[in-house]
Amino acid sequence: TLRLMCTTTAVQRKNVGAAGPEKYTEAFIKKQIEEFNLGKRHLANMMGEDPETFTQEDIDRAIAYLFPSGLFDKQARPMMKHPTEVFPEQRKIQWGEDGRPFHFLFYTGKQSYYSLMHETYEKFLNVQKHQDQLVAEDLPLRKEKRNLAGSRWLTKIELEEMLLEKLSDDDYSRFIQLLQKLVALPCADIEENYIQKFSKEVPVQLQKVVIEPLQYDERGVAFSTGEGKRKTATATAVVYDNGTGKITVNGTDILHYFPVLQDREQLLFPFQFLGRIGKHDMVCTVSGGGRSAQAGAIRLASAKALRSFVTEKEVEFMRQAGLLTVDPRVKERKKPGQEGPRRKFTWKKR
Amino acid sequence: DDKLLTEPLSHPDFFSVKELFTLKDLFDARVHLGHKKGCRHRFMEPYIFGCRLDQDIIDLDQTMQHLQLALNFTAHVAYRGGIILFVSRKRQFCHLVESTARACGEYAHTRYWQGGLLTNARIQFGPGVRLPDLLVFLSTLNNVFEPHVAIRDAAKMSIPTVGVVDTNCNPCLITYPIPGNDDSPAAVELYCKLFRMTIIRAKDKRRQSEAIEELR
Repeated sequence: TLRLMCTTTAVQRKNVGAAGPEKYTEAFIKKQIEEFNLGKRHLANMMGEDPETFTQEDIDRAIAYLFPSGLFDKQARPMMKHPTEVFPEQRKIQWGEDGRPFHFLFYTGKQSYYSLMHETYEKFLNVQKHQDQLVAEDLPLRKEKRNLAGSRWLTKIELEEMLLEKLSDDDYSRFIQLLQKLVALPCADIEENYIQKFSKEVPVQLQKVVIEPLQYDERGVAFSTGEGKRKTATATAVVYDNGTGKITVNGTDILHYFPVLQDREQLLFPFQFLGRIGKHDMVCTVSGGGRSAQAGAIRLASAKALRSFVTEKEVEFMRQAGLLTVDPRVKERKKPGQEGPRRKFTWKKR
Repeated sequence: DDKLLTEPLSHPDFFSVKELFTLKDLFDARVHLGHKKGCRHRFMEPYIFGCRLDQDIIDLDQTMQHLQLALNFTAHVAYRGGIILFVSRKRQFCHLVESTARACGEYAHTRYWQGGLLTNARIQFGPGVRLPDLLVFLSTLNNVFEPHVAIRDAAKMSIPTVGVVDTNCNPCLITYPIPGNDDSPAAVELYCKLFRMTIIRAKDKRRQSEAIEELR
């Protein structure tokens, strides 16, 4: 190998010493695997176990027994793992013994990326040729709309993992544009297998909140339950149908439990919104928080319970009115160097 | 082994490259058509036959001679197991050139040329790289109509070059220039076919000679 005698930093792209891990040949990996297997059998013999049924967990236990180490970092302790886990999946040396590289695009630098582009373009040309043939024979071009909503292309990181090569944003966007062009052609169904390698299913995003059906108690009256939280208060509410508008909280009537008008208004808001003030009975239990927090918690619980009695449109109206959203506001902590969460100490000029 | 290498050098046309093409083939593939008079490069004037309606016509007799020399040289390089790198920066023919290179078993580079590919190869690829022994340019200009960087780099690294030079190209640093059209699809397909056939012929001959040697 040539030793570069006088070089400038401009000539060397990166420090030779920091060139990264040395690339290894396939023969080297094979030898390592053979040595590992032999070592595994020796270890099994040493431990007095059967060499045929010696699993990785047994190896780990044996090594921990034979080489006890008090080091905190698990990666620093002695370990014996399969070479494919130890040596990261890396490009092994790309050329054979006579020096000729294996891949025909080796001299471009980014061989896997450019070979991918080459293949994709070839599929594109194939599809165009097929299209021309169909047009020449006057056959109709098939056009089944590909479901674009349920799939997405691979991200840049996933593509990098697939190719084992670094990509730039420009390269990635070019590849995606080429794929989109390919998919846009009418006869792209021929290459569906190839395209599916680069698209992923997107799971249904909005997991629709399941509205529980109405339950019926012994007397035949429909009821449903709901839970709500606000600040530190938790509440459960059971709303009965065919009622007179009576509301009981923790065994007491609301007039006695909530003397303040504001809290009682909060409780009645869901019923007033739906126009069902005198139609439902409610029994709730609440704990924690203060007066206003408990009122808010019961409001949320009752709104959730009322969803089962009401059409989907009205549920949407309730959601938009803010009856079904959990209020995220909680007490902010006090910070050191300040008197409260926001209030600073009095500033004195001198 | 010595005999294998020295025997082809004694014949002027060991691989009978002259049979692969005729003047009529070149004419039919529109190889003689150059660019307009205003685009003409000063050093291409010896290769130009004339000018008709402002368009330059390349002298096909000279093209024939240059093409024979170039194909003969590529055949010898392929016979001796050298690495041939096809370079072209024309986007239309990128796929064609890459497929030709793959069919021959040689290498191609029709993408953006990174600065230190040849001159800084040891650091970009790894310590034991083998550089190409021949560069074949299907188009010597890059996308900005300037001479391709690889011509200069190959000259720096003492790598011989074969290149198709059009009337707006600079034939100076190319060892075996081939004056001819590099823009028409017909012409480029003809060049690809010729290079592919020469390389395959040369490799087959090498394998035959090795087989004969082993039998002895």
